[in-house]
Amino acid sequence: MSAIVSVDNLVKQFGNFTAVDGLSFTVNEGDVYGFLGQNGAGKSTTIRMMLTLIKPTAGSIKIFGKEILHHRSDILRQTGAMIERPDLYKYLSAYNNLSIFAKMSGIKVSKKLLMDQLEMVGLQEAADKKAGVFSQGMKQRLGIAVALVHNPKLIILDEPTNGLDPQGIADMRNLILRLSNEMGKTVIISSHLLSEVEQIANRMIIIDRGKKIVEGSVEELLDPEHTVVDIDTTNNEATQQLLASSKWNDYLQAEKPLQLMMNKTQVPALINDLVAGNVQLLSVKASHSLENYFLSLTTRHEHVEAFAN
Amino acid sequence: MQIELFKITRRPRTYIAFAAITAIVFIFQFAFKADGQSYMDLMMQSAKDEFAFDRVEAINGYFMCYIILNTLLIQVPILVALIAADSISGEANMGTLRLLVSKPVSRTQIILVKFAAATIFTIFLLVWMAVTALFLSIVIFGTGDMLVFRTKGTESMIMQITKDDVMWRYYAAFAYATVALTVIAALSLLLSIFADNSIGPIIATVCIVIVCTIISNINVPIIDRNVKPFLFTSYLVGWKGFFYIGTNENGNTIKGSLENWPAIRNSLMILIAHIVLIVGISIAVFRKKDILS
Repeated sequence: MSAIVSVDNLVKQFGNFTAVDGLSFTVNEGDVYGFLGQNGAGKSTTIRMMLTLIKPTAGSIKIFGKEILHHRSDILRQTGAMIERPDLYKYLSAYNNLSIFAKMSGIKVSKKLLMDQLEMVGLQEAADKKAGVFSQGMKQRLGIAVALVHNPKLIILDEPTNGLDPQGIADMRNLILRLSNEMGKTVIISSHLLSEVEQIANRMIIIDRGKKIVEGSVEELLDPEHTVVDIDTTNNEATQQLLASSKWNDYLQAEKPLQLMMNKTQVPALINDLVAGNVQLLSVKASHSLENYFLSLTTRHEHVEAFAN
Repeated sequence: MQIELFKITRRPRTYIAFAAITAIVFIFQFAFKADGQSYMDLMMQSAKDEFAFDRVEAINGYFMCYIILNTLLIQVPILVALIAADSISGEANMGTLRLLVSKPVSRTQIILVKFAAATIFTIFLLVWMAVTALFLSIVIFGTGDMLVFRTKGTESMIMQITKDDVMWRYYAAFAYATVALTVIAALSLLLSIFADNSIGPIIATVCIVIVCTIISNINVPIIDRNVKPFLFTSYLVGWKGFFYIGTNENGNTIKGSLENWPAIRNSLMILIAHIVLIVGISIAVFRKKDILS
């Protein structure tokens, strides 16, 4: 599978502040690539450099095998983006907004093309309404239509679910899956909502303070080996002592006395041992979702480094 | 270009300038229609000139337009700044700048198109001014020989231009004013690159125009020699030169002549140089700018 995006040792400094610090990653053709990090991690700065909004201090970005700074127009013609809030011309209708950005993308615009695009994002009825009166969800959908109108091969969506209600988030997720599965697009989606990304991405990177923490396939990163088990009992102190004096001691997490990290297959044995030890369980929660994983990475740096190594 | 003009025409703010010009012109026309004679008496008093003419006929469309232009062309830069200062900062404020710059058009193209659109707006504004201040005044007040009140040094004087020698001077004056106001448009565009909302660049443009105009009017030799020649404001009212008619050795006016064409030509060249320089700086700054809005 060929690389669509290759970012190598990318650095961006604003004065003394390093927003992106030696970041490298690769996005392959057909990927839905999750770009994860907490607010201020450097996601938007990286995306802005990929779209030539910001000049890198050092490093290189190749998209479709070409250096972005030298082949800007060629690359942007095949790239669609929605960067943070989908702000559009408030005094223009949805149709006119779409028409303007379609023309700027260098394509021949027809009414049918624009209406089809609006229909795809469910805005055909609102084509003549001014964008200024749109709800956040409608703006987001129009922003997606603007990003897709020129049929790009690569789509970059920066926090596309920001400000959406649960139904809007579900719609956005379905749209992204459609783009990938039915239309074969390569999608980069940045988010701090990991629960969203894990449902749609096949590969992902997590960055923190401008640096890569980990990159890989979602399947890899959801390895059962990294199942987190949280236990709650009627007597947590006694339970902790019991676990500490058993084979489970090696799995206990230092900061949380009743949290263990283990392979998912070991969970039934753990429960059996607890029951055999007369522990009155209130709950046992085993999870290895990306959300949990992400939280564990960003809250425990020693674990982050250990995992990255 | 087509897109940029489309956006300008769809913005309500665009029409504020046209409405303001219309209102001011109508007020002038109404005032002169009602009581122009008093104004003429006052001017004759201050001119202290022995000049025989019919004071009623003197208030004609040509004279009215000259009076209106004298007042309006000082204020119009603010109206031009309203649109031009919004060129980039307005896009940044709305959040559309990042969309524009992530499209396959170069930043140089963006600046040139924005500048061209601001220039076209300026032209339309002056055409509208010509329609209301000149052609409408002609309809209301009729035509006739045109009087020009002028202060030259400490001397006040009145010049008379025959009615068949006036129109080409107005066309030339409006063309000159377009160039002069385009400098303002370019300056506003440059300032708009540095801001994320249009209020700052509008105020900055107006402040620069006011400060430079004040400096241009300070009559101290050291400023005359070393500062004024480099200020665009020294040339903004150069359009008046088209109404300073040339005279022969006997002091009689020569039809179709200009008193000092080389001075007008040099002023135009300096204004054009300002435009090229400011737009060049705008392109250089915008090409290097990180879009963080």
